[in-house]
Amino acid sequence: MGRYTVRRLLQFIPVLFGTMFLLHYLQTISTQINGNPITALFGDRQPPPETLAAITRQFELDNECLTQPGNPCLGMFVNRLGDYARGDFGVDFTLQPVTALLAEALPITLRLTVIAIIFEAIVGIIAGVIAGIRKDKLADNFVRISTVLIISVPTFVLGVLVQILSGLYIGEWLEDRGAPEWLTAMFSVTYQSEHPWASLVVPGVVLGAFSLGFIARLTRTSLIETMRADYVRTARAKGLPKTRVVGVHALRNSLIPVVTYIGLDVGFLMGGALVTEGIFNIPGVGGLVFQSVRAGETPVVIAVATLLTLVFLVASLVVDLFYAVLDPRIRYE
Amino acid sequence: MSDYSAELGPSATGPAGAPAGAKERSAGLWADAWRELYHNPVFVVSAIIVLLVISMAAFPSLWTNTDPYRCELQQAFEGPSDGHVFGTTVQGCDMYAHVIYGAQPSIIIAVLVTTIVSLIGTALGVVSGFFGGWTDTIISRINDVFLGLPFILGALVFLALLQSQSIWTVSVVLIVLGWGQITRIMRGSVISAKSQDYVEAARALGASNMSIIWRHIVPNSIAPVIVLATLYLGSFVSAEATLTFLGVGLQIPEISWGITIAEGQLIAVSQELPHLLVFPCAALILTVLSFVLLGDALRDALDPRGR
Repeated sequence: MGRYTVRRLLQFIPVLFGTMFLLHYLQTISTQINGNPITALFGDRQPPPETLAAITRQFELDNECLTQPGNPCLGMFVNRLGDYARGDFGVDFTLQPVTALLAEALPITLRLTVIAIIFEAIVGIIAGVIAGIRKDKLADNFVRISTVLIISVPTFVLGVLVQILSGLYIGEWLEDRGAPEWLTAMFSVTYQSEHPWASLVVPGVVLGAFSLGFIARLTRTSLIETMRADYVRTARAKGLPKTRVVGVHALRNSLIPVVTYIGLDVGFLMGGALVTEGIFNIPGVGGLVFQSVRAGETPVVIAVATLLTLVFLVASLVVDLFYAVLDPRIRYE
Repeated sequence: MSDYSAELGPSATGPAGAPAGAKERSAGLWADAWRELYHNPVFVVSAIIVLLVISMAAFPSLWTNTDPYRCELQQAFEGPSDGHVFGTTVQGCDMYAHVIYGAQPSIIIAVLVTTIVSLIGTALGVVSGFFGGWTDTIISRINDVFLGLPFILGALVFLALLQSQSIWTVSVVLIVLGWGQITRIMRGSVISAKSQDYVEAARALGASNMSIIWRHIVPNSIAPVIVLATLYLGSFVSAEATLTFLGVGLQIPEISWGITIAEGQLIAVSQELPHLLVFPCAALILTVLSFVLLGDALRDALDPRGR
């Protein structure tokens, strides 16, 4: 275990710096090709050159190497890593620190992610188990067909369709019948800050739908495979009831890949929240990236992307280490 | 797009571990797989749909005589009628023509990206799996960096910073972000093929590395890559539509399902005009669904444990 952990941690370091460098390099190339993003900010009404130079200096975009296409600007990268290490992720064009913007947006995205994970894990595993123990029966075919359908619908299409369905038809129907406020908030078209959980339920379900289909399929395949194992046959031969064979003997082992997938999904969902938050007008991290992209605020885009990538990398690291605990074979490769 | 490889699992190492020539038939993996696919109605139906969509992309004029660029704002978002079978779009263009012509960019991007990604992934996977050592370490760590970026977020950031949006830039970004998974799968597959006895035998007979790779390693480890590539075709169709919908993919004079859905979304809610979304969404879902079913059928046929 010790050696595996050390090796995995050592591998994490180059990946961490590599990913941050990739994002940094992207930004420098973008500035080198497209010119100073500050000038784009003002459009047709350019300020005097001195003002422009001052603003450029303030955002540290006056570096010589930003005018030389292809130059990776390593000096800037080192400075930036130093800033990141001190917790300084820069400011947006209205001089608000990016960390403050994130502090507002992150709790919303976290709530959305939690709802999505709970939904996809519970429904996905139950559907997968039902399909797995009734292989080739009606329930199995139903689960298989519906999960393929769910996987094939891109998240944004599902979001748009669900928004119309819940916002227009269900929402109006509930209002006409005088349903309680939290219930109408649940099916409203947009996020409402008075109902921080209820109004995120529908977007959370949309966000988790793809992974739900995936988890159900994964659970099913994994369970079917485990049911063929010798120790399951032994358990059956001993005359144990089927619920115990499935619940205690088979399920525990067949859930290992599922748990891994759910862990990785934390990272995926943080990225996927982008689409869902855009559609449902949720002011989360995805919404922040979305706005910054529209406004051309590259420093914010890069800072938020770096932070989200860090979350993703740490999630994969934790999952890998956890996996080694669950499945001893991994440690002895 | 997501991590399909999780589902491929250890079985994805392909025919290397297959009991060669089961009981009654020993036609080889590909002939067996083909026979099974040929009799699988799901495979046949989804293959037909895929061919139809590809024909839409290649020869849209076979499907419609209407010019998708001939739009009249007075006729904007009308429901289905005799003149316009699927109604008209937000700009007053014929919806049916837009659904047909919208297939083109998606299919071009999906085919182009999948082909290049598979070639890069296979080549790097073979190099890193077969030679191991430092080559493997370097390729694997670089791979980790690209896999470390969440896919849609990465693509959005890349396209936003490039500030140039066309079929080609979208393809380049998807290639840059998409080669990692195939490389990883191929690497694992090659490593397990490398340790097989027939490779030892070939080496003992004095075969060179190149001929071992070409005649033994690649044919015996390519199966999971083919399955993944089929699934990827659907994923990239979906990724293109998603990026276009978010506003960083194809831009308005182009015709794409993502654009049609994005336009329709704003009006369909307030004006209760479902046809603005129903037709482009149906075309998109059906296309992705067919690729996913095709990939599933291929995987089942190529996975010997399922027999």
